[in-house]
Amino acid sequence: MADLTPDTQVPKAPAPRPGALRGFLESDVGWSFRHSPVAIVSLIVVVILVCGAVFAPWIAPHNPFDPSTLNLMNGFSAPMQPNAFTGEVFWLGTDDQGRDVFSTILYGLRISLFVGFAAVMLALVLGITLGLLAGYLGGWTETMIMRLADVQLTFPAILVAMLIFGIAKGVIPIEYRDQMAIWVLILAIGLSDWVQFARVVRGATLVEKNREYVAAARLIGRTGPAIMVRHILPNVLSPVLVIATISLALAIIAEATLSFLGIGAPPTQPSLGTLIRIGQGFLFSGEWWILFFPAATLLALALSVNLLGDWLRDALNPKLR
Amino acid sequence: MLAYIIRRVFQSLLVLLIVGLIAFSMFRFVGDPIDNMLGQERTMEDIDRLRDQLGLNDPFVVQYWNFLTGAMQGDFGMSYRQGRPVAEILLERAPATLELAGVSALFAIVFGIGFGVLTAIRRDGVLANVVMTVSLIGVSLPTFLIGILLIYIFSVELGWLPSFGRGEVVRVGSWWTTGFLTESGLKALILPSITLGLYQMTLIMRLVRSEMLEVLRQDYIRFARARGLRERSVNFRHALKNTMVPVITVTGLQLGSIIAFAIITETVFQWPGVGLLFINAIQFVDIPVMAAYLMLISVMFVGINLIVDLLYVAIDPRLRADTTARAK
Repeated sequence: MADLTPDTQVPKAPAPRPGALRGFLESDVGWSFRHSPVAIVSLIVVVILVCGAVFAPWIAPHNPFDPSTLNLMNGFSAPMQPNAFTGEVFWLGTDDQGRDVFSTILYGLRISLFVGFAAVMLALVLGITLGLLAGYLGGWTETMIMRLADVQLTFPAILVAMLIFGIAKGVIPIEYRDQMAIWVLILAIGLSDWVQFARVVRGATLVEKNREYVAAARLIGRTGPAIMVRHILPNVLSPVLVIATISLALAIIAEATLSFLGIGAPPTQPSLGTLIRIGQGFLFSGEWWILFFPAATLLALALSVNLLGDWLRDALNPKLR
Repeated sequence: MLAYIIRRVFQSLLVLLIVGLIAFSMFRFVGDPIDNMLGQERTMEDIDRLRDQLGLNDPFVVQYWNFLTGAMQGDFGMSYRQGRPVAEILLERAPATLELAGVSALFAIVFGIGFGVLTAIRRDGVLANVVMTVSLIGVSLPTFLIGILLIYIFSVELGWLPSFGRGEVVRVGSWWTTGFLTESGLKALILPSITLGLYQMTLIMRLVRSEMLEVLRQDYIRFARARGLRERSVNFRHALKNTMVPVITVTGLQLGSIIAFAIITETVFQWPGVGLLFINAIQFVDIPVMAAYLMLISVMFVGINLIVDLLYVAIDPRLRADTTARAK
């Protein structure tokens, strides 16, 4: 973390540090973190939600997708109140089929976070690779890649994602559609989001490739790929990290939106967006909790990741300090 | 200048050709059209005859050309799901989306500029702070959640406004249907327009605010005040006017996204527009509808971008000098 900031090159010198965490807290970024209550709270929220998602099978009181643990009699239990028939108490209530809302949220969070992370990773790898190639090689490679980026940037990312999802759905045979939906979702969101990374990396590469250390690396006979990956890449990473964080929030929202529209995670593998879609159906009949809790979770997740991204952008940008 | 315009128009055409190619490939390679058109009982002769009839045996380039000329004449083929010409379905759905988008854009512009000026002039006022906080929430809430929230408040709890549909519509002319002329139609427009326009409104508001703050610091504003001009005249005649160029650009570019994001709003409110049609097309893999929507929306996006770019160059002479220098 610490060596990503341009102005923390000096504390790199004392080699073996007592602990990575302590080193982080003593660095510039760490200082700004300790003095930003918003960042601390956001991080805590994110950590809690991620832990909830990762350890869902152990935390969740029920496995909502194992029909044998479901009891239809438990349907429509209000939060914190004993069910009229069975007397069981559910923290956040149950849906029409007696599924515990708290458990479905934990499992839904898993899918939302997984899709979000995976999509950003895909966009990151694709964007960095193409950005490095465009910036370093120049010429027609650059023209091709950046033109493609321009074309894609003409359209909103969510529209591109919808389209990719639609095409993929047409290509995949019907019997595999539900199983593949999550992967298609990752592909669609990832492919819709690489442009920003490519643009930033290309811009930074254009600056870096004229630096002396690149010339030196070339002089000692390092090849193009090695220079790009080993020398230039580490120096262009800090803006990428900021975009990746904000992209994560956007990817989570994009996933939720697609699932909400019914063209994302299927009801057999519901993400938060699918849960909201299901919950919307009960809005008029008064079962507000089926909708409210997944929506609140999604909001908390997206908002805190976004705020973390904002903080990171300020912290990594020395000019603003 | 002329070189720039030609280059820009050429670029736009290239984008449209690429999009056309994608749309065409969807037709050609996603699923077999013959499978979709002939039932279970078919002979090889039937298939061959239909292939010939549909021109599926022609070379790729010829097929692509035929597709493009067809699309330009409004022939997008038949919907797999509804069995009607896609153009007819689109035409029937277009008024709903255009009315929704128009009202949303109006809402976004009026309130965006209004709140932007307000928050810039009374920076520390209570109302300005409230507006800024609400706008922050507006930006972070996903569109569909805003829609659901509005439905919950105004339809479920208060019961003031309808939660879905267009209300009663009146037919105007041969194909246009409007919701402007009936009370239920107007009522039905309110929630979807706010949902759709809120993001754009906050965007315009923030832009106007930051531009205003920038401009209000300039010497000529201080000079205008020193001359004893009234506050209102300084703020609106001198300051606001000079913030308008970037605002016009952004608003223009946002028009396209309003149509695109209408997909989400239309689904939340079951608004019978083109966006809902597109979502249903994706759900049921109705390729012709998807392809037609893709073509239409890209023509719109590319057109808007082109116009805004050209307008920008026409408005701002500095840009003109710059681009011609760069274009050699």
